[in-house]
Amino acid sequence: MENILYLSTFVFIPLVMLLGLWLAKNVNQVRGVMVAGSTALLALAIHLTARFLGDRAAGETAEMLYTGAVSWFEPLNICYSVGVDGISVAMILLSAIIVFTGTFASWQLKPLTKEYFLWFTLLSMGVFGFFISIDMFAMFMFYEIALIPMYLLIGVWGSGKKEYSAMKLTLMLMGGSAFLMCGIFGIYFDAGASTMNILDIAKHGVALDNQYLWFPMTFVGFGVLGALFPFHTWSPDGHASAPTAVSMLHAGVLMKLGGYGCFRIAMYLMPQAAHELGWIFLILTGISVVYGAFSACVQTDLKYINAYSSVSHCGLVLFAILMMNETACTGAVLQMLSHGLMTALFFALIGFIYGRTHTRDIRELSGLMRIMPFLSVCYVIAGLANLGLPGLSGFVAEMTIFVGSFENTGTFYTTLTIIACTSIVVTAVYILRLVGKILYGTCTNEHHLHLTDATWDERFSVICLIACVAGLGIAPLWVSNLIGDGVAPIINQLDKFIVLNPFM
Amino acid sequence: MEYTLFILLLPLCSFLLLGLLDSKISKTAAGIIGTMSLGAVTLLSYFTAFEYFTADRVNGVFEKVVPYNITWLPLGDLHFDMGILLDPISVMMLIVISTVSLMVHIYSFGYMKGERGFQRYYAFLSLFTMSMLGLVVATNIFQMYLFWELVGVSSYLLIGFYYTTPAAIAASKKAFIVTRFADMFFLVGILIYGYYCKSFGFDFNAEGFAAGAFMLPTALVLMFIGGAGKSAMFPLHIWLPDAMEGPTPVSALIHAATMVVAGVFQIARLFPLWIQYAPEAMTIVVWVGVITAFYAAAVACVQSDIKRVLAFSTISQIAFMMVALGVCLPGEHGAVIDNHASLGYMASMFHLFTHAMFKALLFLGAGCIIHAVHSNEMSAMGGLRKYMPITHITFLIACLAIAGIPPFSGFFSKDEILTACMHYSPVVGWIMTGVAAMTAFYMFRLYFGIFWGTENKELHAHHTPHEAPLAMTLPLMVLTCITLVAGFIPFGHFVSASGEAYDIHLDWTVAATSIVVAVVSIALATYIYAGSRQPVAEKLHDAYPRLHRWAFKRFYLDEVYQFVTHRIIFAYISRPIAWFDRNVVDGFFNFLAWGTHKLSHAIRGLQSGSVQLYAQVFLLGILVIILILIM
Repeated sequence: MENILYLSTFVFIPLVMLLGLWLAKNVNQVRGVMVAGSTALLALAIHLTARFLGDRAAGETAEMLYTGAVSWFEPLNICYSVGVDGISVAMILLSAIIVFTGTFASWQLKPLTKEYFLWFTLLSMGVFGFFISIDMFAMFMFYEIALIPMYLLIGVWGSGKKEYSAMKLTLMLMGGSAFLMCGIFGIYFDAGASTMNILDIAKHGVALDNQYLWFPMTFVGFGVLGALFPFHTWSPDGHASAPTAVSMLHAGVLMKLGGYGCFRIAMYLMPQAAHELGWIFLILTGISVVYGAFSACVQTDLKYINAYSSVSHCGLVLFAILMMNETACTGAVLQMLSHGLMTALFFALIGFIYGRTHTRDIRELSGLMRIMPFLSVCYVIAGLANLGLPGLSGFVAEMTIFVGSFENTGTFYTTLTIIACTSIVVTAVYILRLVGKILYGTCTNEHHLHLTDATWDERFSVICLIACVAGLGIAPLWVSNLIGDGVAPIINQLDKFIVLNPFM
Repeated sequence: MEYTLFILLLPLCSFLLLGLLDSKISKTAAGIIGTMSLGAVTLLSYFTAFEYFTADRVNGVFEKVVPYNITWLPLGDLHFDMGILLDPISVMMLIVISTVSLMVHIYSFGYMKGERGFQRYYAFLSLFTMSMLGLVVATNIFQMYLFWELVGVSSYLLIGFYYTTPAAIAASKKAFIVTRFADMFFLVGILIYGYYCKSFGFDFNAEGFAAGAFMLPTALVLMFIGGAGKSAMFPLHIWLPDAMEGPTPVSALIHAATMVVAGVFQIARLFPLWIQYAPEAMTIVVWVGVITAFYAAAVACVQSDIKRVLAFSTISQIAFMMVALGVCLPGEHGAVIDNHASLGYMASMFHLFTHAMFKALLFLGAGCIIHAVHSNEMSAMGGLRKYMPITHITFLIACLAIAGIPPFSGFFSKDEILTACMHYSPVVGWIMTGVAAMTAFYMFRLYFGIFWGTENKELHAHHTPHEAPLAMTLPLMVLTCITLVAGFIPFGHFVSASGEAYDIHLDWTVAATSIVVAVVSIALATYIYAGSRQPVAEKLHDAYPRLHRWAFKRFYLDEVYQFVTHRIIFAYISRPIAWFDRNVVDGFFNFLAWGTHKLSHAIRGLQSGSVQLYAQVFLLGILVIILILIM
């Protein structure tokens, strides 16, 4: 019971925040509630990480720590069951950082500040709930809670073709959810219809014939959110229209739900199908990686560039997961963290620049380095992180993935890995093109000459993110150990059923 | 030797300090912080070298010292370590890097005086120095790759230092992307190496290497492509001439003395593997080197921008080092590495050392000249010897050194390379001798063009050239002293292929040939270019206009690259993909939405609420069911 309460605090805090926001009378009170709440979440996430590491060091070997369950809906055996392993702890920490910095990034948002933060908080509640749950149904429910606010946040506070984008994003993700729900119920009935708990189902196993049906369903269902080719097209439009903090949270955390779900539900519960059908998705993700990078090269909208870059980087997450070995999967989770931080940083900066220049078209921007040095330098750092500069997080994640992918023998895997490696060159092309165009040179637009540099709240959120990106890049050992600890049981489960794929 | 850690930490700290404070501290303070930390690094490096080379030899070789090695990132069965490895070549590189870097730091006080972003400049210099030092002391190939990328980025930042000039932006982008492209091969090479040999380390006696031997040639050649990118070997050299858009001291440090020899250093580092497992693949290194050396020398003969001439000369000289490594042969009497058969190894490292000094000297001298006349073009120069005596003398000595005239340092190292080449194959030997002749020719063309010939009175009328300040001339003098004495260092005693002491013997037939060839070339250059008017040069130019044009345009290689990147990658890959994404993939989903919309429009008439219609459909339905039942 104590465990349930401990982990559920991640859901309770947003609930209390919602109440506080509802009661808040003016903007300052709204901000106060947000800062207090997001700081509490961040502190709790850090505490959880420290406690988790401490318990592991003390010899706790259970797959999930702090587990507990409360029966919720008896006839379908739905429980509210919680528990965390290394991967979820890392994801919770990431979410807390993004929510915290996202709050500061939308400090000056107008109008309807209160309503905006209400939906924002609801969204973060869904995210935290998803990561602490180990019951399939509870996960699905929290997943939906995270999706719905997105529609309103983009539709009301967005920019550009916001209604179209909001509708498209929601419908496509809902389509994924439909697959997902079929998959989840399929797994439930196949595993004996006695539990929705992932750990129990993993022990029980799913009948092989049916795995062929439920594996693609759940994988695609989560894959839509993880920007799996060809279901990624919501991403450029959605990100381009979303307000700053929503882009941050969406690209930074929500897209990670996809990778996390693929790994934890689709692959963990259906290892045989993962081995036999994995190659199909491996090809799709391989396409994502290169395709996203090449598409980003010719875009002219800053957010489109970043959205396609996210397609490429998130493709790498799914790519690494499908390599099904410990190193690659650790790399995948590192990449989730790294991409989450980096892309949140990017979207924050793009938002700040857009807020000043009122354009995101790179043909209209130039010479910003002289005008807003702080934002520009941060932009260069974000760009360098994106293209994998050592000392920042991208390098660590990418190298782990590539070394891991290379552990798989066979021409099929080697070829795909080498193709994925080419993305690091293409990434350099679009990042440097962008940096050269908008930051360097002399400013030609006279309206931009008198713009001001970042304000304190913007600086704070950007500095926090850069510190995290650099921290992960300089001292990756403990994060890597934390994650490896969560990845190992899943890999063991997968290794029990090694079946050769037709390409080997 | 735990204190070696500070060799890396000091520049890192100074980078962070200067980078974070930026314009909050004065320019002088920034310069002093940077230079002081580099001074300390230089002292530590010299002390390390002293202690390392005075230690006792074990079995005739200097022992490898690894003061630090920690696991930075576990990668399954493998692990990514970070540490410090001291062996003869890394200690030698410490000396080269810290010396040149310190000289550049001091020189920049004068050269960059009054520049906007002075603090940023010193921060980047520190970053570069730290990365380069980290690269040479790497304990494993992955650490080398990490710092390899970091030097690439610092080079990018420094080339683009004048970020408001379009040429500098384009050049920095080009340098980064071309080397990144090559690095991709390096990375794949590392992955193969790690997977098959079960290690990223440099401990080549481990069992894994024999097991992975069949894949080693592939891995080594892939890594060589990475090295060729960084060291500007043909056809990946195109970024280096453009990189001259950066400030001149940066060109001296990064694009002449240190970073561009990283490729050579990488091969030297993996030399035991090359010679043992991939001796055939070394032919590739030889021929890539030979082609590059010749090509770059040919282009250097006609360039008019003095920094471009020096850039091509650098490419050509690095190619000499590559060739020297390639011409090493496995030992004959059982031993895998034999000092005599692998003379090229020692020669290459020796040339790396001497070249770093005199090429830095040439670049810094060029910096003084550019500082004086405010132009890179030879047309703005001529007759400068009376205005700039110190620069003139030091530049002349450097030219003599690179041309291979005794007793300057270049003579000794180049002679060893030519000896090694002759030993390998007379064809390679003679080609390289020919390139050495071209070197002497274009260097003296440059020398006469700058210091002799017609003075550009028009330009000098409102701005008389003057000698550079002491901060700039002092490094010139120091480097000149090194160039004067470096040839007499018994280099083989410190660095050699097998690690055992090796006495350098001058092969007098080779030496005499190369001296004669160099003197003839210099004489030819004097005849053509020393006068105030140059009828011969003009006649040659008129006689072969097309050849001159092609060479001047660097045989249009840049245009070919431009075509490939812009036409093929952008127009035929990226644009169609982006179009496909918006119209086909996204179009499909839009079509779904449109289809749903239309369909609901079409069938909504069925739910009109009209009872008559419902009754009609109801009756029809019953009729159909009855019909089906009857039949």
